[in-house]
Formats: sequence, C-alpha cells, structure tokens
Amino acid sequence: MLTILKRTIRLAWLNFTRDGTLALANVFVISMVVAAITSLFLFKGITNFEINRLQDKVDISVYFKYETTEDDILKAKDELAKVPEVKEVEYVSKDQALADFTSKHKNDPVLMASLAEVGANPFLAVLNVKSALASQYQGISNFLVTADFQNSIEKVDYSERKPVIDKIFSFTSGLNTAGIVFSILLAMVAILVAFNTIRIAIYNSREELKIQRLVGASNSFIRGPFVVQGVMVGFFATIACLLIFLLIAWGINSKMDTLFSGLNLLGFYVHNLGWIVLIQLLTGIGLGVISSLIATRKFLET
Amino acid sequence: MLRFEKVSKIYPANHPDNQPTAALDDISFEIKEKEFISIVGKSGAGKTTLLKMILAEEKPTSGKIIFDDQDIEKIETKHLSGLRRKIGAVFQDYKLLSSKTAYENIAYVLEVIGATEKEIQRDVPEVLKLVGLADKANNFPTELSGGERQRVAIARALIHRPEIILADEPTGNLDPYNTLEIIRLLLTINELGTTVVLSTHNREVINRLEKRVITLENGKLIRDEEGGRFIL
Repeated sequence: MLTILKRTIRLAWLNFTRDGTLALANVFVISMVVAAITSLFLFKGITNFEINRLQDKVDISVYFKYETTEDDILKAKDELAKVPEVKEVEYVSKDQALADFTSKHKNDPVLMASLAEVGANPFLAVLNVKSALASQYQGISNFLVTADFQNSIEKVDYSERKPVIDKIFSFTSGLNTAGIVFSILLAMVAILVAFNTIRIAIYNSREELKIQRLVGASNSFIRGPFVVQGVMVGFFATIACLLIFLLIAWGINSKMDTLFSGLNLLGFYVHNLGWIVLIQLLTGIGLGVISSLIATRKFLET
Repeated sequence: MLRFEKVSKIYPANHPDNQPTAALDDISFEIKEKEFISIVGKSGAGKTTLLKMILAEEKPTSGKIIFDDQDIEKIETKHLSGLRRKIGAVFQDYKLLSSKTAYENIAYVLEVIGATEKEIQRDVPEVLKLVGLADKANNFPTELSGGERQRVAIARALIHRPEIILADEPTGNLDPYNTLEIIRLLLTINELGTTVVLSTHNREVINRLEKRVITLENGKLIRDEEGGRFIL
C-alpha cells in the first residue's frame, strides 16, 4: 500500500513537472477560482465591518425634561438596560453635553457667541440607546411610550431618525446581497473554466491513458497520479493566492483605512489566515481532485 | 493456451447506404504454449482486429475466445487489467508513453504488477541490455529512432515475463536492417519460452521464419500451415 502511494505521488510529480506550461496553466486557472472565493470571504468581512460601523452610528436619543434629576435619569437608564432589545445605553448629563458642544465648536465664534448669549446651560440630559438590530428600534420606541418615566421625557428622536435608519439598513443589506451574488457568479464561472481546463489537459492525455490500460494498469492505478496532480495544482494555486492577497492587502491597506474609516484589511487578513488557508486549500484541492476524477472517469469508462 | 472458436466480428454500417463490414468471419484456430505463429494478410484482412480481440479491446459479434481456459468476453471491464498483464503487446506505432523515458516506460509495467523497487532496478537495465539500448535508458521516445522505439516497446512487452507476446505489424515503420533486428529479438524471446503472435504483411520476413503461418483474407481464415510461406 505504501509502495503504491509512493509510486502514485512520484508519477504525479513527474507528470506535473514535465507538463511544464500545461501544469502552469492549470495552476493559473485554479488560482482564479481560489482568488474569487478568497475575494468573497474578504468582501463579506469588509461589508460586515461597514455594516457594524454604520449600525454603531445609529441610536435613539431620549431627552429628559430640564428639571429631571440625575437619579431619576439613572433609574430610567437601568430600566432601559433591562429591555431585551437594548444593547447599550449611554448617559450624557447636561454638563457633559455642554462640555462636548464647547469642545466640538470652540473654533466657531458665531456658535460660541450664541451660547454665551443664552447664558445658562441650554442642553438637556440624554440617554443614547443602541440596539443590535435596526428592526428592534421600533420595539424600544414602543417601550418608551409606556415606561414609568414617560412623564420625565422631553422628546425621543426616533421618529425623526427612522427614515435615515431604514435607508442605512436597506442600503447595507442590499450591498451585502449584491456582493455575495456577484462573487458567487464570478466563482461559478471560474469553476467552470477551471474544470474545463483540467478536462482538456486530461483529454490531451487520453492516448496515454489508453496505452496504460493496454499494458495492464488498473483504472485506480491510472487515475491515482492524475488525482494527486490535482492536489498539487490546488496546493500551488493556494500558495500563489495566499502570497498575492497578502501583497494586495499590504499594498491597499492604507487606502482601505481611508475609504472605510478604521478598516485594517491587512490585520483582518492575518487574523483570519487560518480560515483563509482552509478555504483556499479546500477550493483549490477540491476542484483539482474533482475535475481529475470526472475527466479520467470519462476516458477510463470505455 | 489460446483458442478462437467460430469468431466473427461485424462492424455495423455507418451509413444507411453502406453494408455492415465483416472484419472477421467464422475464425477458429488454436495457439499452443511456446509457439511462434504469424498472422498474414493484406491490409484490412482482419489481422489487427484479431489481435485487439485477444487484448479485449474489441468484443466478438459471435463466437468465443478462450485464453487460459477463460472466455475473454466474459471478463468484466474492471478485471481486464489482470488479463492484459498476462500479455505483452507490441504495436506498429510503438504506443510508448511520450512523457516517460525508455527506462520509465519499461519500469511502468513492473510498477503496474506491483514489483518491488529492487526488482525494477535489477530487471529494467537487464532487458534494456537485451534489446541493445542500455545507453538510451534516459532518452524520451521522441529522442529515439523508429527502430529504437520499437525495441523499447518489445522490452516493455517482455519485462514482466508474459505468457504471450502479440506483435501487431512491429516492423511496419522500420527499414530492412531494423526489421531484421526486431524479428531476431522476437525469435530470441520465443526461444526463451514465450509464445509469440506476429501479425505482418512483410513477405520476406514470413518466408525466412519458416514457422506456423495463418493467412487471412477478407476476414476469413484461408490457410493455416506449419513452416508456412507468405502466399496471397
């Protein structure tokens, strides 16, 4: 058994190295598929990052009446935190709101002069409420209407923000679906091309397959080296793609950071390297082996 | 050892206006162990079809081919490799594996039958020496002349000591000198105890051999004689 395995690997390696340009073409085509699948993975990562970023920016602000005490607001905060739809509640006091405004607009003399004109602190204390899913904001809004502290609430800005929230989520989910559909289509085309390239390569060897049968080789003995060759093609395609994507991620990392503020593509790539290698190996080797099996089967049937 | 019993092979017409072609018509004969037998006939007489049937490349339309008490037609496709390992085949177009060297072409057959590396390293150089190609072991088929390629094919056919060697027009593409060399080799192999079936339309070769000759004409066996001559 070990002898057969050793022979199969040796014969496959000999074929692979002697095929030269044909083997290179096979590696190239399989690399295209592996690249498409890797792109799909990275695209999913980038869109998830972007969706999270946009979701993080969305919240409901609950403004409390000027005379409401901090204790009452903190009690309301605790109550809100118990609501299942609520992911996070942040309390911003009147003083903190004033300090944030002053710090943000200190270079705008008109705004600062207006603030001075008002005299007292015009800001209301606020609870910023975040939910895990956009669809849950309606539930939180409904809770606020019936809450014990409802009389202390000056206003809730959910209804004002609702159209924007809905637009953001419809855009991100649309973007995600479109990206996945496009990548799957691309991968399917690449898979078909790769399969046919390997099939043609084996078709070119059909005379050799026939000779091997005539000298008494069993179908499995003939098929073995082609299958192992498929593994080799998939392996080298994976190595090529790993390096190419590492270079690309490194090269465009700063641009991606600018485009999607805070996105570290290189970090994402390195952090998910295990998954990426696994996906690439499964795609490359799987495709190489399956194409070889189907193609040799066709020529060994007769 | 090998018996043809009323074997016919009829290829169906490939066009409605054409008639079916009878490549072999009711052929019966027997080949004994260690025999050297020549099958002669014009092109299209059915020589190649007859040899293809022994290798189970073609199935008879009717009749039986018995090899080692086994009906070849009844062997399942997945078990054909077992039959073919008992046979060594030499073809007019050599049928060497172009991506392998002379050494590797011969060693491949031993790998197929599961010989050890030690046996391969011992037997392949020996057989290369027998066919006079010890110095061409690492040459690819494209780097060899026609005569050399045919000698590699013969070495490949006999390396695993088959019971029978089928040589289908092995000298068809060779000059008179190389033709003589190949026939000498086949005779040597036969003298060492292997049955040889030689198919040819080379009159001179047959007349020199003075061995058993089966003559085919239009798919029919018209003559089978010991020490026969090429008469058509």
